[in-house]
Amino acid sequence: MSKPHIDVRYVANLARLELNEAEVAEFQGQLDAILGYVETISLLDVSGIEPTAYPSPVFDRMRDDEPHESLPLAAVLQNAPDQAQNQIRVPKVVADA
Amino acid sequence: MSLLSLRDQLRSGSVTPSGLLDDLAGKIVSRDPEIGAYLSHDLAAAKAEAASVDLSLPLGGIPIAIKDNMNVLGQPCTCGSKFLSENYTSPYDATVIRKLRAAGAIPFGRLNMDEFAMGSATENSALQITRNPHDLDRIPGGSSGGSAAAVASGTAFAALGSDTGGSIRQPASHCGIVGLKPSYGRVSRFGLVAFASSLDQIGPMTQTVEDAALLLGAIAGYDPQDSTSLDRPVPDYLATLNDGVKGLKIGLPKEYFGDGIDPGVRELVMAAANKLAAAGAELVEISLPHTEYAVATYYVIAPAEASSNLSRFDGIRYGHRAANPADLLDLYRRSREEGFGPEVKRRIILGTYVLSSGYHDAYYTKAQKVRTLIRRDFETAFETVDAVLSPVAPSTARKLGESAHDPLREYLSDIFTLAANLAGNCAISVPCGKVGQLPVGVQILGPHFGEAKLLQIAKAVEG
Repeated sequence: MSKPHIDVRYVANLARLELNEAEVAEFQGQLDAILGYVETISLLDVSGIEPTAYPSPVFDRMRDDEPHESLPLAAVLQNAPDQAQNQIRVPKVVADA
Repeated sequence: MSLLSLRDQLRSGSVTPSGLLDDLAGKIVSRDPEIGAYLSHDLAAAKAEAASVDLSLPLGGIPIAIKDNMNVLGQPCTCGSKFLSENYTSPYDATVIRKLRAAGAIPFGRLNMDEFAMGSATENSALQITRNPHDLDRIPGGSSGGSAAAVASGTAFAALGSDTGGSIRQPASHCGIVGLKPSYGRVSRFGLVAFASSLDQIGPMTQTVEDAALLLGAIAGYDPQDSTSLDRPVPDYLATLNDGVKGLKIGLPKEYFGDGIDPGVRELVMAAANKLAAAGAELVEISLPHTEYAVATYYVIAPAEASSNLSRFDGIRYGHRAANPADLLDLYRRSREEGFGPEVKRRIILGTYVLSSGYHDAYYTKAQKVRTLIRRDFETAFETVDAVLSPVAPSTARKLGESAHDPLREYLSDIFTLAANLAGNCAISVPCGKVGQLPVGVQILGPHFGEAKLLQIAKAVEG
């Protein structure tokens, strides 16, 4: 089996994470070493074994669909880095016509 | 002082809730600067709450310190990260905080942690270093290192921590206190900032087993706002605490006593096992055959879930936002670059990788299947034994800075604690002695929702 290798810059972009050159260099060796270790599970035969997503015997439960009070607007907006007219302001996302 | 004796004093009027808060605030000012357990505390808010507290409640008037990843209305919640340390104020109470208040407790003080709970030394906090009260050159463990150090140094009577792969038990072991990770589904995580949602649990970190039982009783229970919490009755954990261990079978997994454990740690853990035997328990050697795969399995599943959970930190609705973004994508990318520290970035990249197209089945699905095998190991073991006993960590607290730049080495030290989170069992760390001046904890693991018996065994270890 070939040695596992992460394309750090490509994956960081998928995660919407800017990295500087020093970080790419540092993470490359560390992440390849971690992945190399993780390969130990590839040796295990798991054919016919069901995956476990949650360790609880009960999941996918819904609470009753009853209306209840939401957080007040001021509480929702209090942590927004930028806001205007009771809304969160973001950079323009559509191009000029 | 134990929570129960504190409660007696409060009820008798020999101390007042307000006076207790003043004492703690004084200790935080005088003792904490050399420890670094606290990130913030709000004496005025706590005293306002103390003014109307009902002392007849189970925790009436008792201050409890909180790891800085649980929302407390009107207080900061930094998660040990620059992303949230600049301008985030919690707009609501986490369910555990609501339950503590309903039991009369007063949330007071916010405790340092590895950034977003990712780490085993609290050195990944972006905000400050926390030192082990037993040796200031050493780590307190992590990620709930601030919680453990505060309780151990007497600047908190008790604290809440969170445990995703050992983050309550390992710092409890390193600081010589009791730390309980409840079963998955026992305690609501609503309002806990999510790290890995199939693994995270909130639990008590206390001076005594009795305190852990008292505190667990207050925070446990079903919560419609956390669909993974289970609707099962909460027993009176104090009622059975002193029932002893006569006739109980305690399993010693041979895979947990192999090479790589410091001889001093092994000796103390075995002494704890022998103490249980002397009290009437039967020690049985068992096997948990997939133990060697636990670290690899965990470090696929936990980063995968973290990469998904932490995508909410995008600089839009709360937390850090980069200045002068060129466009929306630039805002996301630079806000996350500036806001997250290196360990969080590593895990986001690792998690994104194992979930990405072409690698998902080889890593993530495979790890989920190995998780099934690890879970079955415990199910099989609990068919024949009442509890499993093991070390918490292979060694005592290491020196600060010793694992810098070697994350894999740090991950491997989590070997004994990860499996309980993967399997969803309850597990507790109880002090069992010291090597030199450094505390050692013994881990006891119980079946799903087996906290009452777990605490009962822990009490017998404590003596």
